[in-house]
Formats: sequence, structure tokens, C-alpha cells
Amino acid sequence: MEKVAIIGVGFTKYDRNSPLTFAEMVFEATSKAIADAGISKDDVDNVVSASSDFWDGRTISSMAISDASNAFGKDITTVEGDGTFAALYGMMRILSGSFGVTVVCAHHKGTESSMNGITNCAFDPLVERRLGIDAVSSAALQARRYMNKYGLSEEQFALVSVKNHGNAMRNPLSLLPMEITVDDVMNSRKIADPLKLLDCSPVTDGACTLVLAAERFAKKMTTNKKRVWLKGVGHCADAFRLGDRDLADTRALKRAAKRAYAMAGIDDPRKEIDFAEVYDAFSYMEPLWLEGLGICDDGKGCEYLERGYFDYGGKLPVNASGGRLSANPVQSAGLYAMAEATLQLRGKAGKHQVRNAETALVHGINGMCGQSHCVWILGK
Amino acid sequence: MGKRVGIIGVGQTHHAAKRLDVSGVELIAEAVTRALDDAQLTMGDIDAIVIGNMDHFENINYVDMWATDGLGSCMKPVFKVTTGGTTGTTVGACGYYHVASGLFDVVLAVGWEKNSESDTQAAIATCANPTLERDPFAGAIGPLATEYSMYMKAYGATESDSAMVAARDRNNALNNPYAHSRQAVTVEDVLNSPMLSYPVKFLDMCPRSDGSCAVIFATEEKAKKLCPKPAWVHCSVVRHDYTHFGDLEWKFMPTLERASAAAYKLAGITNPLKEFDVAELYIPCSTCGVKWMDSLWFCEHGGAPKLIRKGTFDMDGQLPINPSGGVISTNPIGATALIRVGEAAWQIMGKAGARQVPNVKKALCTGFGGCSWTDLMILGADLP
Repeated sequence: MEKVAIIGVGFTKYDRNSPLTFAEMVFEATSKAIADAGISKDDVDNVVSASSDFWDGRTISSMAISDASNAFGKDITTVEGDGTFAALYGMMRILSGSFGVTVVCAHHKGTESSMNGITNCAFDPLVERRLGIDAVSSAALQARRYMNKYGLSEEQFALVSVKNHGNAMRNPLSLLPMEITVDDVMNSRKIADPLKLLDCSPVTDGACTLVLAAERFAKKMTTNKKRVWLKGVGHCADAFRLGDRDLADTRALKRAAKRAYAMAGIDDPRKEIDFAEVYDAFSYMEPLWLEGLGICDDGKGCEYLERGYFDYGGKLPVNASGGRLSANPVQSAGLYAMAEATLQLRGKAGKHQVRNAETALVHGINGMCGQSHCVWILGK
Repeated sequence: MGKRVGIIGVGQTHHAAKRLDVSGVELIAEAVTRALDDAQLTMGDIDAIVIGNMDHFENINYVDMWATDGLGSCMKPVFKVTTGGTTGTTVGACGYYHVASGLFDVVLAVGWEKNSESDTQAAIATCANPTLERDPFAGAIGPLATEYSMYMKAYGATESDSAMVAARDRNNALNNPYAHSRQAVTVEDVLNSPMLSYPVKFLDMCPRSDGSCAVIFATEEKAKKLCPKPAWVHCSVVRHDYTHFGDLEWKFMPTLERASAAAYKLAGITNPLKEFDVAELYIPCSTCGVKWMDSLWFCEHGGAPKLIRKGTFDMDGQLPINPSGGVISTNPIGATALIRVGEAAWQIMGKAGARQVPNVKKALCTGFGGCSWTDLMILGADLP
């Protein structure tokens, strides 16, 4: 099978109340990504955008960013969901042999959106939606189930916030670099029991673009230092209704990860992955997903966390960038994570550079409480 | 290089203005079940799923997640693509690329819409820029009326020409048991129907329907094994235009010209009028069935009225267009363009029943939407 590489990345600084329209944000990110790849915009033959009519508050929202994403006169299409899924479609289009160089872009303007109303509309209109449930309150249910199943504590989850906000101190891009303690998290305002303010990711604006290229173009267009290979990918969805799932069971993630590992030829993820960007929109999610990813056994995520295994200087640094807890532009978060992994693998991640990074794992989510997962393995 | 891909099964619901007997998820299940039956497969044979619709219509966010029970996607890879009116063809193209990439062998592509539960015009009005264009270009009818007015003035086309297209498609629908609107109409009936926005009249315009369509794509190896006569995908091409309506060219359809020129090149087609045996085109309004024929390179600019008056595109003409009755007869928006793909596939597979065109070797299907976006797919009886 032909290989596909990321040859360019571009993004806006994470922001709140960005003065730019979302089209302007996409233009900035895409222009930077094309410049980073060292190619001309005419070299791009197709565009995949990640766009959401709900988050953008307009129908066919991808229409508004097509000029900005350099799509005029080109083959363009739109994935609705996390950026990691859009990147997957970008790769599929290249592997089909139809395209050579693909722009994958995603934008999110959280500060112009109503998170509660928008995520409430992801629930069943007849039953659950009327309860007012949304992304935060459903996450609280999941956190509670996870705690009950394995006897975990809120303090253990708080460690994730302490670690990731601390990591963000080294990342100039980040929105919430903070030196905090477990007590700070525990004493922050209650949002939805057991989640406190510092367990939750902030509302964020941001656009991110990747330039993907087929092997034959990637080798011609860029140097070895720029190229990062898409080595493996897998995605899988669980049942829709929260009541039809065990919220602490990560079976869909396990299946997605298995597929990604098989494609990348990874036998033991604990040994072969050097760092990971895992979806941590809420603190409890990081250890839960690390279990699903096979980095540790079920129920052991917090134990590893306490041992410093996932610290910046630990055995497997997780969310060295500061993660979603430090900045979470929902639709584009997955692409930011892929861009972050790309910079790390290039050795260009600045002060938060992970040492000897050869193989990265990036994880994105669709739906509530991680109904659907997309797992990527990126490598030099 | 990628894999060759065939369509091995198609399913669609019975369409109606209101399908009160089913929920949205059940509507999807109806199409999915019929597609599996058509291909003689079970859900266990499906490796991945793609779905699309227009979110604001039914006010459901993350439709790929919500539709799990209807899609049969629990513990399977699934994602959502959407591009407005072209969503159906976009979903079809995504199913095609899933398989062509070599990542999946058998893929289910599903489009749907339950318009009876939505305020379509209100939702679609928000696609225009909120400060500049939402007022003058709110909704679908105004821009279509504008473009045909310009076309009539430039080339001497008439309201009768578009009425002939409306009568053709509406009468074709009499042969289609799945069609939403099935009534025999004459050109006079169309001309005498209430004016919506000059020169578009009630019977020129598509309805809003409840419905769903599912199409199953498979690799060459699987398709040959599973299906006696797959419809092979020869190419899939998309072109879009400027973001703002005010920037568009109105007298012809640049996206359709660019998309079809690119697709014909890929599929080795030099004389489309002669080489296609049937076309299922996204014609949301009969006026488009006149103007856009020029842009498909069936004739020079302004040549379409002559071909229509000659009956070139009738069921017994040189190139039958929309044997199914087309969009003017059935329009569940997120599924509409996928129905074009499904109907074209059935024509090649010889499964189109009373609306079958004899001996179809090559079929053209299109999607239309957004800011004059064109999604286009060419299917063939022979491998590409």
C-alpha cells in the first residue's frame, strides 16, 4: 500500500473571543500549513474540511470556508466530527489513487457557540434531550461510573489537571498554562458532580490545517525533516444511548486501537509508543482512554498517573502540549493534536519537546462520552 | 494505486411528504435493510459505514452517532460527511473512497432526511452569509428563479421549455413505486400551476420528502463474488464555486462544466450525449433541467431548449434523463443525490423495473447544492 505523509501543519493561536471570523481563522491556518510544507497552493488538488453546522450556527457551514481553505475549483468535501476523522478521510482519498496532495482543515469558534444547547441536540430528541443533558453532565455520569467501577477518587482525576496544565507552561500556544495543585482542582467551582471547573476543558477558538501527501509527492516536495508518516489508523463506534453502554467500558476504543496498531505493525504499545496526545476534554478521560488504548490494564490508569508514568519526563509522556484541558477547540482539537505530534516527531516542539520521539499516538473522539474513537499512529 | 470499486446493492424507502409510520432512525433502517437484501448480505458483512444529512433540518447533532440503531453501526467504524444539497453524492463518494483506499472491503453509504419534522426553508436560509446575503438569497427558489431568468433572456429559452422538463420527470415517476409525487401532468398543467418566484411555478419545483437511501460499495474481488452484475464506479469528481452568491456566474454552471469535463476525461468520454445510456441528474427545479444541460456538454451554450423540444431526454429519446422521476418527484434532501447514484446503479444492474432503460452500459449521476457545488459520478457495466 502506498504511504501518506503529513508534510505541512498550520494553526492559529488558541484564543478566546477571537476577533477573526471562522473563515479568516481557516485562511490563516491553511496559509501557514501550505507555507510550512514549502509548496504552492496550486500543488493542492483537494480539500477535506471538518465543519459542523451546529457549532457554526449555519447550514452547509463548510461553504463559508471553501475560499479560505483554498478549495476554489478543486475537489472538496466535508466531514462532520473531530479533525482526526477528517484526516482519515484525507488519507483515504490519497490512498484511492485519485489525489496527490490534500488539505485537511478544521475550525472551531467555541466562544460564538452555546455548548449546552449544541451538545444537548446530540441526545435523543424524545427522551434524553428533555432532561437537559449535555456534554458536561453526561461526562459527569461517565466519571462517576468509572469511579464506582474501579474505586477511584476525584483527587486522582485532579492529578491529570495538575499535570496537563503544568505541561502547558512549556507550550506558548496554550490557553491555560497553570501551576496548580490537587487542592486547587478540588476547591474549584463544582460544574456537574463529580466534575469541577478545573476538571473541564475551556471554551476555545482555533483553526488547524494539515497538508497530506502521497509518498511519491511527499518525497519530491519536502525534506526528510518535514515528513511525518501516517502509519496506522482505526476508528470504531459504540451504542448511542448512554444506558446501552457501560460508560467505563472502552470496548469501541479497544477495537479502534487494535486496528491502528495492526496497521502500524505495533505489537506492544507500551514499549513502542514514545508519546501520546489523548482526548482529555475532562480530566477523568485521560486515564480511562489510556486503558482503552492498551497502555495500561483496565482500572489501572490512575495508578500509572500517580507513579508519574504519563508525566512530561515520564516513561510515556501524555499530553505534553497541555492537552485539551489547556485548550479545546472541539472540532479542530484532533487536528491540533496531530499537528502537535508532527512537530514533536520533527523535533521542533520547542520547550515541550519530548526526547527521542519516534512514534506517536493521537486520539480523537466523536459523540458523547466517547461513543466513537479515532486512533492514529504517526511516525518518523 | 487504489482499488476498483463496484456498487453491489441499493435500497431506498418509499418516499412521502410525511412518513408518520416511522421515526428517523426507522426510516434509515428501512433503506439499510433493503440495501442488504438487494445485495443478499447481512450487517456482519459490512466493514464500515458513512452517513450524511443536513443537521439543522431535523435538529439532530452528530447524526452518525444518533443513527446507530438504524445503521447497524454499533461496534463498527462509522463517520459522517455532509455538504448540503450534494450530501447524498458526497456520502456516495465517501463510500467509494473508503473502498478504493484499500482500507475497507464492503462499505455502506446512507443518506436520509425527515423533512416533515423540519422547517427546511428556515434552516437553509442560514447557509447564506448572515450580514450580506441572507435576506436576498434566503431559501432555494429565489436563486434558481434568478438564474433561469438570465438564461431565458440570453438564449431565448421559454417557460414552456422548463415545463416540458417538469412534465417529463413527473410522468417518469409514474413508473417508480418509491417516488413521493406520482401524478400525470401535462405541460399546460405546469404552466398553469401557481407562480412561486418568476419564472418558477409550483409544478416546476421539487417537494420536500421523508426518505432514505443506502448504497453498498465493494472491492473488485468482493463485488465479483457477491454480485452477478455490479455497477462499477468509473470516477467521482467534485467542483465547487465561490463562497458568496454574488460572486457566482449565473448564465451557465461553471462547477458543472468543470466537474463534468474532469470526469469525462477520467472516464474517457468524448461525446457524452452519445456515450451515456442514461442519466440520473440532480434537477431540483425544471429550469435547471434546461440550463444545466449546456454545462454537461450535451450541446453548446443555449442549445438545450432545442434538444428538449426534440425529446432527446425522454424515456424513448437518445439519452433518457431521470427515469426515476428525479428530484422534482422525490426530495429527501440528504438522500436525494444518493438516490441518483442508486438509481443509476440499478439501471446498470438491470434492476430498475418499469423504469428500466434497455441495455445500459454507462450512466451519469450528479448532485447539486451549497454554493452551486457539483458532485458527479460515472458508473459503468464494464470495469473502469
